[in-house]
Amino acid sequence: MLKKGVKTLLLYCFAFLWLVISFYPFIFMVNTSLKGRMEFLMNPVWAAPDRFLYSNYLKVIEGGFFRFFFNSVGVAAVSVFLILLASSLASYVLSRIRFRFSGLIYGAFVAGMMIPIHITLIPVYNLTKALGIYDSLLALIGPYVSFSLPISIFILTGFMKDVPMELEEAAFMDGASHFQIYSKVLLPLSKPALATVAIYNFIMLWNEFIYALVLLTSKKNWNLTMGLWNFQGQYSIDIPLIMATLTLAALPLILIYVFLQEQVIKGMTSGALKG
Amino acid sequence: MKKLEQLPWYRRENFVISLFLIPAAFFFVLYIVAPIPISFYYSLFRWDGIGQKIFIGFQNWSELMRDPVFFRALKNNFILVVVSIIVQLPFGIGLALLLNGGRWWTKPLKTIYVLPYLMSSVAIGMLWRYVYEPTFGLVNMFLEAIGKYHWIQDWLGDPKIVLYSVINAINWQFIPFYMILFMAAMTAIPEELYEAAKIDGASPWKSFWTITIPLLMPTITNAATLSLVGSLKYFDLIHVLSGGGPSHASELLATYMYKRSFHHFRMGYGSTIAVALFTIGVVVSSIFMRSARRKEYEGSAL
Repeated sequence: MLKKGVKTLLLYCFAFLWLVISFYPFIFMVNTSLKGRMEFLMNPVWAAPDRFLYSNYLKVIEGGFFRFFFNSVGVAAVSVFLILLASSLASYVLSRIRFRFSGLIYGAFVAGMMIPIHITLIPVYNLTKALGIYDSLLALIGPYVSFSLPISIFILTGFMKDVPMELEEAAFMDGASHFQIYSKVLLPLSKPALATVAIYNFIMLWNEFIYALVLLTSKKNWNLTMGLWNFQGQYSIDIPLIMATLTLAALPLILIYVFLQEQVIKGMTSGALKG
Repeated sequence: MKKLEQLPWYRRENFVISLFLIPAAFFFVLYIVAPIPISFYYSLFRWDGIGQKIFIGFQNWSELMRDPVFFRALKNNFILVVVSIIVQLPFGIGLALLLNGGRWWTKPLKTIYVLPYLMSSVAIGMLWRYVYEPTFGLVNMFLEAIGKYHWIQDWLGDPKIVLYSVINAINWQFIPFYMILFMAAMTAIPEELYEAAKIDGASPWKSFWTITIPLLMPTITNAATLSLVGSLKYFDLIHVLSGGGPSHASELLATYMYKRSFHHFRMGYGSTIAVALFTIGVVVSSIFMRSARRKEYEGSAL
């Protein structure tokens, strides 16, 4: 009995220790964001703020935070829409129609997951300049859609393969075209997988950094990660201000996560579990 | 059954197939497939990104073979691969085990444990900068408070430890991912196996090694592959946290490629590093996956 008690205690200790390790940096972030600049330097870092100071948040918002925020929302939303469209169309063909190169094409798309993004950076940088969309939000959409396709096609094709064929065979008999079956039968049935793909890619694109770094230069076009990155350069001595920025930037994802926890987790694991 | 010729052209299967594949293929070819040979082509030129390209044959490649920073970055990349696999996977499995039982605190804990993985690498990098800050950073303030003055370090400024400081932050970011991966895999293990083992008198420790680990093996292989692929192309956090420095001590292939291309505007040389990164990534991960798969077959033959 005693031995079991010791084991449980150890278990609790580990659980608590990991709670501190994974959560304390967030507490530090929010706590610091409510302090004054001098106050932060004079008191120990873990001390609670003398009084809750909201002026850091106001300053962040005045610094153009919402511009970056909505740039990120816009790019992610348009990209996710295009990802859903392109990957569901391709997955329909790859999962429902038998044809000669289907395995090869599917394999090529999925192999895209292994390709390091960096080999595309310079060619895409040049392409973007040639298209005249360098330093605009439009520049991000091409690479964002392309790099999300492999995992999306992987998830959607896997899902659609498991949808029973009977329904569409009946529809075929009635003379429905492939497009009608795709839009009226398969898309509605694939809603859960589409939601997973949408949420997963939204999170990934919300956090994307390197393409934004290479393809955006002027402040009005920055997305949130670029805004954060430049904030650091600009205000590196005003730590509470930086922490306020980080808190605001992390908030939307944390909210999505709290409300859609199951789907978020499903999205993050579904690319890795099968196959 | 209708014959193919009788269908109008727009209902023929081949036409429909190509039409449905065009949007995805367009993006995929333009932004992923085509850049690979183009990067190789660029690697044969001296080019600042704006002016004339000057053909120099394989000069960039011979420079790369003599470039100590490239080899430093390569070595750092392999350290990152090894440390990631031997730290992130065991911690992921351990935490998944911890949260596997249905106690009242497992759900809220899981919610909190996942949080680091949701943050963007840029945000994590900025946050950890102040964790590691030498004079008022969290780590050093903590060491000072408990009186361990001789443990105080310049975590990001000392070339001997900077790589490990950064890898530590990367582990913090990715352990939650492996945790949920293994949690999902563990729910697929039937409870009866454990009950049967318990009846046979097996200790929890023994059933962990004889039931959990063997049944998790495919997931472990997958996780190791993901970790390997991810570590070889890792960029974001290092760029924000240390910028690859000081004096290239925490340089990775990706950060080095970025620096040469977009700070020094040596697009030709940058492309050379990118092609090297691509080739190493493809070769290493296919060797790894092949041997992992062979192991699995051997395992299933037993």
